[in-house]
Amino acid sequence: MKLYTKKAHELHDLLVNKEISAAELVRAQAERIEAAEPKVQAFITRTLDDAMAQAAKVDAKIAAGEAIGPLEGIPMALKDNMCTDGVRTTCASKILHNFVPPYDATVVTKLKEAGAILMGKCNMDEFAMGSSTENSRFFATRNPWDIERVPGGSSGGSAAAVAAGQAVFTLGSDTGGSIRQPAAFCGVVGMKPTYGAVSRFGLVAFASSLDQIGPFTRDVRDNARVMNAIAGYDLKDSTSAPVDYPDYEALLGQSVKGWRIGLPKEYFGEGIDPEVKAVIEKAVKVLEGLGAEIGECSLPHTEYALPVYYLIAPAEASSNLARYDGVRYGYRSEEAPDLITMFKKTRAEGFGEEVKRRIMLGTYALSSGYYDAYYLKAQKVRTLIKGDFDQAYEKFDVLLSPTSPTVAFKFGDRTDNPLQMYLSDICTLSVNLAGIPALNINAGFANGLPVGLQLMGKAFDEAKLLQLAYAYEQATGCHSQTPDLGV
Amino acid sequence: MSLTKDEVQHVAMLARLELSDKEVEKYTTQLNDILGYAQRLQALDTANVPPTAHVFPLQNVMRDDCVDPSMAREKILANAPDEEDGFFRVPKIV
Repeated sequence: MKLYTKKAHELHDLLVNKEISAAELVRAQAERIEAAEPKVQAFITRTLDDAMAQAAKVDAKIAAGEAIGPLEGIPMALKDNMCTDGVRTTCASKILHNFVPPYDATVVTKLKEAGAILMGKCNMDEFAMGSSTENSRFFATRNPWDIERVPGGSSGGSAAAVAAGQAVFTLGSDTGGSIRQPAAFCGVVGMKPTYGAVSRFGLVAFASSLDQIGPFTRDVRDNARVMNAIAGYDLKDSTSAPVDYPDYEALLGQSVKGWRIGLPKEYFGEGIDPEVKAVIEKAVKVLEGLGAEIGECSLPHTEYALPVYYLIAPAEASSNLARYDGVRYGYRSEEAPDLITMFKKTRAEGFGEEVKRRIMLGTYALSSGYYDAYYLKAQKVRTLIKGDFDQAYEKFDVLLSPTSPTVAFKFGDRTDNPLQMYLSDICTLSVNLAGIPALNINAGFANGLPVGLQLMGKAFDEAKLLQLAYAYEQATGCHSQTPDLGV
Repeated sequence: MSLTKDEVQHVAMLARLELSDKEVEKYTTQLNDILGYAQRLQALDTANVPPTAHVFPLQNVMRDDCVDPSMAREKILANAPDEEDGFFRVPKIV
């Protein structure tokens, strides 16, 4: 039995029926990580010893006839920007290469309480800045569908691990597309929840008004299941939303007949690969066949999302990353004759090129004399972008688009030109600026590479996105294909 | 408006980043490209548009004033690049 292609809900049933033990599952998972890792390189840190101890506890519970929770005993992994008590958390940066957090992020606490078993920490673009995971200071992660290509980013390790069967589910973080774009490139389900729906406590901050944690899974049911475990109000995050959170999994399986789906015309225009467009158009037909009503809509300020994002995100990052000074944790330069030299050398040696570029950009955009022209202007246009969505949702329940204008690209293709790299996020950025939820599912393939479909909803409408995605998945079986790594 | 090398040096100082001459050159070109691209925002009239700092308008989030245990000092200092007598140690300041 190939356990590494199974979904969490299937594995849960196997555990409950005593067809496998949690120890067997964790051992099989560790073997799969071992076998696939030379090709995929998804992990920065592995936590096998602790995982085996956790599995033994779950097995004792099952042996004693106790009920287990829906994620209990399920192997998972986390993007390496979520704090794990006693387990190194690096953000794929030299400046945090030796940082061992003294506490757990809220999502980690919640998943531990749910009984999920941590197998390791996944590779990413340094401080989540990038779209290909090539900006990791340690090594590049490869796309399991074609190891000559990038897995996307910044949560590339988390996406690749799920696609390659190295974890049943993982968490990533999404500031401008960093869950959805790698999910699209790796052919897995990836959710960027509404801003405030999942606690950011213990997530190393990149751009605080945009960052959001969400799950990567092999199917929609698993995604709903992990959302059930991580969504909710948290006292420790002052931007956490005090609203009622539904049981996402229980709501799956309903008819989508009569649902109004809008196709924002700006997301189907110039720059979208024709083969990607064809796959998405076919998916739209499937949804129409399920009874959904399709219509065109417009998000007229879409063209401004990229410049708005690349002012707001670096500005917030330059402020957040000021804390890395070599005093309390992380890397400190050997050359530190005085305090200011220590700061400058530590940061020069500790940060990589893209991180420095964004710190520079953000510092400039916030500096005296330029604040109004850049940062404030960007915040005002952000209001217009959010307004576009508010208007569209007066007529439509869900908006649909490609997740990325292209399939996964080759290594080095876009590293020389930052602006070109930034364009890979053109379909995903607006969602973060508007704070709404969006879900990527695999729509099909173009030349053997996965094409991602993005569903965007109203704030706190994750349940609707999951229901629609579930209907599509059940109709097409799009979640049944897995890459063949030859291992 | 274009950014000069001197301004890039000044911004690097504000950000506490030591840059090589080569980096200054590279960032001057790249930041000008990106800021040039951002100029297109000026085409929009936003005189009467309020800025969005946060999408979810929460204000003055308070918690109850109750005492919780703090993190252990040793656990926090375990990450310090340099420490002495329970304090973080840095190069001489004055």
